[in-house]
Amino acid sequence: MDTKTIKKETNTPQTTERISGSEAIIKCLLAEGVDVLYGYPGGAIMPVYDELYKYQDKIHHVLTRHEQGATHSAQGYARISGKVGVAIATSGPGATNLITGIADAQIDSTPMVCITGQVASHLLGSDAFQETDIVGISTPVTKWNCQVTKASEIPEVMAKAFYIAKSGRPGPVLVDITKDAQFEEFDFKYEKCKGVRSYIPIPKLNHSEVDAAAKLINAAKKPMIVWGQGVSLGQAEAEFKAVVEKAGIPSAWTILGAGAIPTSHPLNIGMVGMHGNYAPNVLTNDCDLLIAIGMRFDDRVTGSLSTYAKQAKVIHFEIDPAEIDKNVKTDVAVLGDAKESLAALLPLLEEKTHPEWHQKFKDLYAIEYEKVIKNDIYPTKEGLTMGEVLKEINSQTKGDAAIVTDVGQHQMIACRYANFNKTRSNITSGGLGTMGFGLPAAIGAKMAAPDREVISISGDGGYQMTIQELGTIFQQKVPVKIVVLNNEFLGMVRQWQQLFFDKRYASTEMTNPDFVAIAKGYFIEAEKVTKREDLKDAVAKMINTDGPYFLEVCVEKEGNVFPMIPTGASVSDVRLE
Amino acid sequence: MEAENNIYTVSVYTENNIGLLNRISAIFQRRHINIESINSSVSEIEGVSKFTIVVNITEDQMKKIIGQIEKQVEVIKAYFHTDEDTIYQESCIFKMKSDLLFEERQIQNIIKESNARIVTVNRDFFVIEKSGRKEEIELLYRELSAFGIMQFTRSGRIAVTKDEMKISTMLEAFQA
Repeated sequence: MDTKTIKKETNTPQTTERISGSEAIIKCLLAEGVDVLYGYPGGAIMPVYDELYKYQDKIHHVLTRHEQGATHSAQGYARISGKVGVAIATSGPGATNLITGIADAQIDSTPMVCITGQVASHLLGSDAFQETDIVGISTPVTKWNCQVTKASEIPEVMAKAFYIAKSGRPGPVLVDITKDAQFEEFDFKYEKCKGVRSYIPIPKLNHSEVDAAAKLINAAKKPMIVWGQGVSLGQAEAEFKAVVEKAGIPSAWTILGAGAIPTSHPLNIGMVGMHGNYAPNVLTNDCDLLIAIGMRFDDRVTGSLSTYAKQAKVIHFEIDPAEIDKNVKTDVAVLGDAKESLAALLPLLEEKTHPEWHQKFKDLYAIEYEKVIKNDIYPTKEGLTMGEVLKEINSQTKGDAAIVTDVGQHQMIACRYANFNKTRSNITSGGLGTMGFGLPAAIGAKMAAPDREVISISGDGGYQMTIQELGTIFQQKVPVKIVVLNNEFLGMVRQWQQLFFDKRYASTEMTNPDFVAIAKGYFIEAEKVTKREDLKDAVAKMINTDGPYFLEVCVEKEGNVFPMIPTGASVSDVRLE
Repeated sequence: MEAENNIYTVSVYTENNIGLLNRISAIFQRRHINIESINSSVSEIEGVSKFTIVVNITEDQMKKIIGQIEKQVEVIKAYFHTDEDTIYQESCIFKMKSDLLFEERQIQNIIKESNARIVTVNRDFFVIEKSGRKEEIELLYRELSAFGIMQFTRSGRIAVTKDEMKISTMLEAFQA
């Protein structure tokens, strides 16, 4: 494998000005094009907040109600826009509260820069008030992190932080800045980072691997694509669509890949994985060629690895060399950026349609429709289903809304039944499975894309993990639509208890507060729906409201999400009931 | 079939930055892998550090871990080698009572035969240093322990490879 080193570019020196470290931080953020950041003040970050006050006409600080909310908002902002999300917090508990969001961004490859204040450098290691080793704590969950103890280090470290967060496979970066470095004055000048010698963000494309991939694709009788977030992270949607259409390959997506080609596209065969669609799961073990694009063979996608696609040859298009052969052995690995790799692949492909192979997917879809989908979205029994709520919201927004979900049953239902017309429309915590992600992430998403309808969908469990962010929505007047699908259970855990623990519902039933009253307490318009006949109007009212809006829908208590691949089972043993 | 474990020497060339040891060792820790020995030093290239890590794992685990190590932003390059591919040494020092040197003539023979050397002798104690392979050091330890060892310290493995590691060319390409 060839590796490419980055050549350092020389910059023309700029004039310097004498400013404090904290003002330098703001100037760095402005130079990186940051217009909004999410955070929470405190002792060790106060000098920076003082500068944020002075620069408030240029950079908008959003006071979240908890630092975890700040990270998820920054993630939502990054996920919908592709730009770097920024979160800021004080030392100690402020910094440790960022960790869940950082870990989430790491596993879901989300570009984020977190800035933490730190006690003054002479106090480091003294167990000072609100001192914590945040660099040590965040090391395993950051792409890069760094502590700054001198103001003069700030410009270079900040430039590097943004460069690393957004280049190659994106990820979170944490910069910890001591309070004395924030106060210290120095001669400021800023140069954007153009490269780091030890870091190769994008491996050089090897054209012989592209040729080998094209040969396998052209020879395949039953090829299948599984794509992930790498397509949208690489802004390769157009190239991807062209490849899929020319080669006529049935294409399935991982949860983070949703929407890179529209759900309604005839070659889009649905979601793979634990609660994915029946056909792509079953036929993973029937295809003769599996083409993985910008995905990482997560265990929730593959089920048992020892029985995963063993009959197929495997091609893996991937930007991160560490992902090759990590979980699934590949026959051809094409390292590189998805946009470049797929563009190189396209002219080598023969036009194909594979009609018989497609029919197999259609046949299995018909089975799934009869056994699962029909009852989920057009239920005849009493009690609202999550599926019909999702379908109603999705059809009234015509598939154009960005749906921000939390984690659990409602998340799987949203992914299964929402039609996504646009890329970057399914914002959810995929890898870490962070309950509480949805509401704050929706704030960031709406602020980054004010022209888009952004709908936060949560369960009653996850919603209460970050419910305090209603305060942020109210204070900032963020016009997000908030839907809670209330089954008075931690539904996914309850489903597992039902299926695998003989219905011993240990600590999964919830006695819930009056959610409508809580929303109204934050002066957010709110409504509760309990009957099927009221659903349509309630959703219409929500969508037609200009400001933020809260809609609670009481759904059946013990609804289950199917299909389901039980843990450790093979993808082809996916259960429909 | 369970894959077999092997001893691998991992060589990691890195920037000389605070926190990298933590970042690299965390990759092993996360996978519940014990590090047999670890050594950090300057390398043949100015400003570049080198970690030499010895682990006992399967080849498949080793390859994946190398990928994870190289993924770290400040890691320039990582390699793994088997014992056959490397020339390696460890070092150790023993502190023993000076009386033994005169009362137990056998000790002088042990020192001579093991190619160890006496670093210092004073009224109370003397210090022996020995470089070599792990087994040689273990043998010397067993032989000396009969006489009572006051202190014993052994270094991690240090190693060079028989084949070239093309790290300098990589860096030159960057600096050009």
